[in-house]
Amino acid sequence: MKSKFVSVLTVSLLLALPLSLPGQKNSCIECHKELDEEKLRAPGESYTTDIHRQFGLGCQDCHGGNPLQDDMELAKDKSFKGAPEKAKIPEFCASCHSNSEYMRRFNPNIRVDQLQVYWTSQHGQLLRKGDPNVAVCTDCHGVHGIQASNFPKSTTFAWNIPQTCGRCHSSQDYMKAYGIPVNQVDDYKQSVHARALFEKKDLSAPVCNDCHGNHGASPPEVTSIAFVCRQCHSSAGELFSQSPHKPAFDGLGISECEACHGNHKILAPNDEMLAAGRNDICSQCHDTGTEPYDAGLRMKKNLDHYVASFQTAQDLLERAEKQGVEVSEPRYKLQEASTTLILVRNLTHGLALTAMEAKLNEGNKIIAEVKALGEAALKEARFRKTGLVVATVFIFLLALALYLKIRELLSKPTSST
Amino acid sequence: MSRLWQNVLSYFETRFKFSALIEFGKKKKVPEHKLSFWYYFGGLCLFLFIIQVLTGVMLLLYYTPSIDAAYESIQFIMGQVKFGWLIRSVHSWTANILIGAIFVHMFSTFFLKAYRPPRELTWASGFFLLILFLAFGFSGYLLPWNELSFFATRVGTDIAGTIPLVGKSLKTFILGGPEVSGATLSRFFWLHVAVLPAFALLVLGVHILLVQILGISKPIGIVESKEISFFPGFILKDALGWLLILAAIGVLCVFFPWEVGQKADPFSPTPLGIKPEWYFTFMFTTLKVIPSHIFSMEGEVLAILAFMLGGLCWMLVPFLDRRSAHEMKSPAFSVAGLFILLYIIVMTALTYFAPRL
Repeated sequence: MKSKFVSVLTVSLLLALPLSLPGQKNSCIECHKELDEEKLRAPGESYTTDIHRQFGLGCQDCHGGNPLQDDMELAKDKSFKGAPEKAKIPEFCASCHSNSEYMRRFNPNIRVDQLQVYWTSQHGQLLRKGDPNVAVCTDCHGVHGIQASNFPKSTTFAWNIPQTCGRCHSSQDYMKAYGIPVNQVDDYKQSVHARALFEKKDLSAPVCNDCHGNHGASPPEVTSIAFVCRQCHSSAGELFSQSPHKPAFDGLGISECEACHGNHKILAPNDEMLAAGRNDICSQCHDTGTEPYDAGLRMKKNLDHYVASFQTAQDLLERAEKQGVEVSEPRYKLQEASTTLILVRNLTHGLALTAMEAKLNEGNKIIAEVKALGEAALKEARFRKTGLVVATVFIFLLALALYLKIRELLSKPTSST
Repeated sequence: MSRLWQNVLSYFETRFKFSALIEFGKKKKVPEHKLSFWYYFGGLCLFLFIIQVLTGVMLLLYYTPSIDAAYESIQFIMGQVKFGWLIRSVHSWTANILIGAIFVHMFSTFFLKAYRPPRELTWASGFFLLILFLAFGFSGYLLPWNELSFFATRVGTDIAGTIPLVGKSLKTFILGGPEVSGATLSRFFWLHVAVLPAFALLVLGVHILLVQILGISKPIGIVESKEISFFPGFILKDALGWLLILAAIGVLCVFFPWEVGQKADPFSPTPLGIKPEWYFTFMFTTLKVIPSHIFSMEGEVLAILAFMLGGLCWMLVPFLDRRSAHEMKSPAFSVAGLFILLYIIVMTALTYFAPRL
């Protein structure tokens, strides 16, 4: 009986234990939250949302010390490391982030080469030369409120990156010493890439780090720009490599894509970039009347004709649709013509006139079919209206006949109850 | 008249006794007074129902009730089938006009107190017809399997799911599973072309039979004693209205053919501003504006219970309105009816003019 009582008591005590224990103490947070200086108060406030905290890491895991001690002297024990000086931050973070065995515990797929790559970056190289103003880990990721880069509020989330880089690279004072222009972010914001990112919310649209690298950020060399663009625009790159422009650009040391499309302010390409267009790029290198310039003229003429024809077909369908005729089938066909236009515009990179014209011919056949269907749809709309007039006249005549009959009936003597 | 034709008529006359029917129609009288205009909405509803049956049967020739082919078959009907656009547009427009006409017929019957004894069951059968036609509208709306109909059905069945006690089971039964899916489409199709028509024909038969047996009611206080014969007088006037509405439907179909919309994508997010068909919007907006909790009860649940209770009371009006049963005016019921009508109009208008409520 006694042993039974002891067993029940033990189990009850064990079950009640978690209720009696206070939450784990963190004197670092408690004290820092009370400090007057904003810089010292910040860790206490922002660490609550930090990704390290979500993985169960505390202040002591980076800064050492004993957060269980109330007394500041005791808390800052022998293990206390404090805040590292800026130049030491990359190694400070890397003490964990470069340790594959340690990082595997939290995320088996996480990269551990950030420090190694960082030293190859412009920032890393300048830091090694003793420049204390270059970006280190905390400048981009934050200090205590660090969040995963796939979290929309993170400073390294795709649509926050231009702002993160721009904090330094858009500052005239900051960049003065390096002789770097400060208009990159403003230029980028006008680009087709920024429109895709900010307006269409397309997270696959490139931002600063997609072309310059993130931890190994550097401006791409003239010869490597084409490879950077080809990560996404592989087809245009391949066509360009087969074109007569490739050896010419290589010989003159001109960067490939950037020479025509620019760098940060890459606007949506259009047919006006071709010879004699409003934004004629061909004339940068080719004089009017030369064979290459004439080839550019022919491309533009063909494309202009195709676009006008496409527009006519589209207008026909829109008119028919507004009049209530179902045109989903010709619309579907018109999409094929639109795809052809995209393909042909891409073919301009290869300067292959014959291939372009063959493709345009295919597209023109589709457009002709769509136009015929559009005309038929408009004819159908006219037929419907004529039919309506005929039917309505017939119905109204019938209604009139009925009305006259009713009048005749009503004119006869009526019964009364 | 040729001898052959006379023989044919005589053959059928002997068997069907048409002359007796015509004689019955001639003897049957309909009151004619300043409010008799409202009598014609009953016949109009019947005419529109016949259009629905005819066009529905024709649509069945090409419509395919499966999630892979329903939308495409509607596209085919609208674009490829000769006069398919007309048949489908007539079906869709008439469905909406029919529900509107039923509401007008119901409220006019209410305000004229035509539900007075012995016509209580005519009123009750009419109420069941309203429910059946609302179910026709709800089930038919999903059949094209487009984005609007898909999400409106989801919203509608979510509301049904909040009915206390039976809500969840009812929702699962309606949907044929936890979500709007292929099973829902099959079920709605089955309901729309088999179950509801059978019930509608039965109840409609009873309703018309009662109208024929009991005749048309004269409102309380009407002293005019003028009457016209049911046939041909009343029927011809009715037919005049039918012709005019037919012309109006034609105009609507040519200038505003019923749209096909975008194909439903169950994985896309619910589009902004999704709402049910107009005749459900007064309930929909009520559920939107009602506070989340009233007297510790969920507002939505309370509103649904109120609608159900209101519907029951509406059906039982002939038994509740004792004054009109004794041929006395019952202003309390008229005011209540007016309030309900105003409520429906205001809430419906709010759905369209203040969608962000």
